[in-house]
Amino acid sequence: MNRRILLAATLATTAGFAGTASAQTALSMWYHGAGGEVEGAIIRQIVDDFNASQSDYVVSLESFPQESYNDSIVAAALAGNLPDIVDVDGPVMPNWAWAGYLRPLDIDESLIENFLPGTKGYWNGELYSVGLWDAAVALYARQSTLEALGLRTPTLEEPWTKEEFMAALDAAKESGDFEYPLDLGMAWTGEWYPYAFSPFLQSFGGDIVDRETYQTAEGVLNGDAALEFGEWWQSLFADGYAPGTSQDPADRDAGFIDGKYAFSWNGNWAAVNTIEGGVDDVVFLPAPDFGNGSVIGAASWQFGVSAASEHPEGAAAFIEFALQDKYLAAFTDGIGLIPSTPTAAEMTETYKEGGPLNVFFALSEEQALVRPVTPGYVVAAKVFEKALADIANGADVADTLDAAADEINADIERNGGYGHQ
Amino acid sequence: MAAISSDNHGLRLVVRYAVLTLIAAIFIFPLVFMVMSSFKPDLQLLRDTSSFRAFLPVGDLSLDNYRDAFTRAPVATFVFNSVLVTGLTVLLSLLFCSLAAFSFVFLNWTGRSVLLSVILATLIVPFETIAIPLLLLVSKLPWIGLDGFQIGWLNSYRVQIIPWIADGLTIFLFVQYFKDLPKELIEASRVEGASWWQIYRKVVMPLSGPVLATAAILKFLVMYNQYLWPLIVVQQESYRPVMVGLQYFFQLDTAWGEIMAYLTVITVPVLAFYLVLQRAFIASIASTGVKG
Amino acid sequence: MTSKLTTSNRAGWGFALPGFALIATFIVLPFIFAFWLSLTNQRLISPNPTEFVGLDNYRSLLSIDVLSIEPERDAAGALVRDDDGALSYPAVRGFTRNNPDYPQYAGMREWFRWHWGDTAKVVIATDVIFWKALANTLTFVLVVAPVQGALALGLALLINQRLRGINFYRAVYFMPVVVSIVVVSLLWRFIYDGEDGLLNNLLSALTFGAFTGMDWLGNPDTALGSIMAMSIWQAVGFHMVIWLSGLQTISPTLYEASAIEGASKWQTFRYVTWPGLRNTAVLVVIVITMQAFALFAQIDVMTNGGPLDSTQTVVFQAVERGYGKQDISGGSTISVILFVLVLTISLIQRWLAREKT
Repeated sequence: MNRRILLAATLATTAGFAGTASAQTALSMWYHGAGGEVEGAIIRQIVDDFNASQSDYVVSLESFPQESYNDSIVAAALAGNLPDIVDVDGPVMPNWAWAGYLRPLDIDESLIENFLPGTKGYWNGELYSVGLWDAAVALYARQSTLEALGLRTPTLEEPWTKEEFMAALDAAKESGDFEYPLDLGMAWTGEWYPYAFSPFLQSFGGDIVDRETYQTAEGVLNGDAALEFGEWWQSLFADGYAPGTSQDPADRDAGFIDGKYAFSWNGNWAAVNTIEGGVDDVVFLPAPDFGNGSVIGAASWQFGVSAASEHPEGAAAFIEFALQDKYLAAFTDGIGLIPSTPTAAEMTETYKEGGPLNVFFALSEEQALVRPVTPGYVVAAKVFEKALADIANGADVADTLDAAADEINADIERNGGYGHQ
Repeated sequence: MAAISSDNHGLRLVVRYAVLTLIAAIFIFPLVFMVMSSFKPDLQLLRDTSSFRAFLPVGDLSLDNYRDAFTRAPVATFVFNSVLVTGLTVLLSLLFCSLAAFSFVFLNWTGRSVLLSVILATLIVPFETIAIPLLLLVSKLPWIGLDGFQIGWLNSYRVQIIPWIADGLTIFLFVQYFKDLPKELIEASRVEGASWWQIYRKVVMPLSGPVLATAAILKFLVMYNQYLWPLIVVQQESYRPVMVGLQYFFQLDTAWGEIMAYLTVITVPVLAFYLVLQRAFIASIASTGVKG
Repeated sequence: MTSKLTTSNRAGWGFALPGFALIATFIVLPFIFAFWLSLTNQRLISPNPTEFVGLDNYRSLLSIDVLSIEPERDAAGALVRDDDGALSYPAVRGFTRNNPDYPQYAGMREWFRWHWGDTAKVVIATDVIFWKALANTLTFVLVVAPVQGALALGLALLINQRLRGINFYRAVYFMPVVVSIVVVSLLWRFIYDGEDGLLNNLLSALTFGAFTGMDWLGNPDTALGSIMAMSIWQAVGFHMVIWLSGLQTISPTLYEASAIEGASKWQTFRYVTWPGLRNTAVLVVIVITMQAFALFAQIDVMTNGGPLDSTQTVVFQAVERGYGKQDISGGSTISVILFVLVLTISLIQRWLAREKT
């Protein structure tokens, strides 16, 4: 297998020297993984394999640091300098599609039939992007903590109710063994807030915007359910259950491992480090059910084709090629992401039936809800982040949520409704 | 300095050094933290942040973070790019800005005060607020290089250098300094028939050591710490500077030890530059007695 | 200065033009473009056409009003008081949200209030965050500019002595400047940490445990002050160097003369050093003021404008809107307002300075 690829690669190179390179079309691709060594190696492998597998296209890869990837893309788009294949964060995709940065993705959709729902990027009824993986969030805890505090272990079928969850936090608080019962990751600003916390709001029965029309936030972000959520959210900080917005980033990274926190709301990407950090009895619990089911956020990074591409068919061919189970599994084994298909999950040590992280696959399948699919999400997410930070710091809940709803509505109006059909 | 009486000389000296050292401690402690942390594994580093161990070389020390930082990112490329861009910009900036300031201070010409006012007004414009219009501008600018004519400056060294050569602050720095130089020197040279270029070159520049050093350091710091601008005009890794490179280390699971190692590495060139220039401050024009 | 010897249009323009042309192209031109954007509804990302909207952006940023609210009365007309005897007032949102009786207040929010007898006077604005940002920025400038300038001068005098090893101290005092402000902000987040940060541990050790810890960046009362302290710490070395280069221009013969006349240290400073630093002082004040108005990176790394908007600043808001919220015209509007504001202040400064001399 490897030898065949090597041979093919050699042939391709030789052919290149022989002068047939001019027949090959160059495609450029941008990826958000600069600095991630394992991730970089896998994506390079896919590119090399693709280049070796056919003779029509040659893909060249440019990697960007994730922190600033979106800024780079937007700047490049403004300057008219986009590549053929781009990598896009799921919730941002509608914004770029609406702006005309992306074109609909023309691939054989039967290929992605069994993909996790969060990995398929649809906007206005058309497929724009597909992800090789998803991510999921769970409540990290130690089995020993659960036992010591005498807590029922929640399951997917029967997650903790709000009362059970708060009772668990109280028990942890009263035990006196922890600095705080709960670590929400308030030190991580930016997309973490809407990604990790808007599912709580949804479980309470509210949302960031009204998903029926995507034209207003009135009534969903500041309705009764949202007010109830806001009061609860504020109490987490006011009553000392969780560290607030000034949490030290070091504590976010190491606090749970060091036993400062009883529970930690964290993504699957931190699982491997937690286990390696010495927490061998860590368990990943599903989100509590606040009344409308357990919800977690969905959609991670996905591939799409830029509208500027002169060879969309080549770009689509590359994406089709990348969707093979072995690559999905490679990302999972390499960096702990959730593979998009059950067949790929079975190929991995961690996510296969009975594997230590298999629970995340189930979480993603059962509970994941994509963030509002609208070009306005980018702005709404910022507004939501600030509202949650303010409420955590003691701002009046009703006033804050009203102001947030007003700001989101004003933005939707200024953008002519964001082109929803 | 005033003469020091000999009886309490020793005591006064001790007090002086004590004060100097205390202040030094205040200035240096976060940097000690940075350097010490660069030798520690992540978990230990984070645990140490809560105690004075953070400043001490204790625990499990190694160069692993440095090795890992260099494998994670092309650190040498980033440092090279930054030093090249910064060095060229500093040199050109010193030349262009000192020439302009020379003209504003020593020469009389129509439009002088209007131009100076416009330049001083640009001091007020924070770069963040003009970044996007500037991006749109440079993406349309023509260029004639070794490989012929092309439109657009993105992905190059020139886009990181040329827009930054002249700035109001550097010109202002020179203007304020030149005002302190005696006009008679200039007029005398003029009477002797020296050209303006000769006066700039032979009379003014030799007296400008301290301001050149100050302007160079200021510009060096601005350029070396560039972040937003290269982020939006450079898409190719081969042109990226150090501060954009810093982002390579902020992964979902932040590699704090490597960050500290990287920061330590990229701080070295700036410190070296300052130490070299420090001599220029001390080689003061005071000894030449041009004033008073 | 009007001497014929120094008059030359050709040389004057020739020397100034290269620098001026670069500034005109890369700073003035983009700024004019930003000004134009502030008169439109331009978005950073949008397929919608750009429209000219006149001064709408300025109106929505600057609209401010005072709302008088009477305390609530019961059916009998008596003032309603709670258990503590405090009056109770209807919520501001009752006036500003969906209230057809007060269309002029629609969408406005409370900034702050004071009491005039029983009446509550509430200052409401369409864009409360902008006003808070403006107030914070001005506070920052008013505190940082004099403190940093004075400390820097003190350090420069301290370091301007002939002492063995003084070069070492010069380098050390300058070191925080050498490290990027982004990096410094990251390091100080560890120091200011409310739980077990280095500062809390240090203060607790110095007071033998009497100090029990403070959430420096998490408390609206201390966040801005903490950022000020760090900013001064970081930049003071730079201004020290500017003062130092100014000190070098003062002739040693003046010091010798004052020593011969038996002047005290203070007299020497007052009558020799300080007058010799006049141009440097103008420079330092202006540079610090400009840098303080541009406060951004520290906020971005350390607080994001929080907690409760206590560290919002004008440039942070300009960036947050222009890039984060893709509202490039709104961001540009803030830039233009900042420009006009600072220009006004510096013109007043110049006018005041002129009166005195």
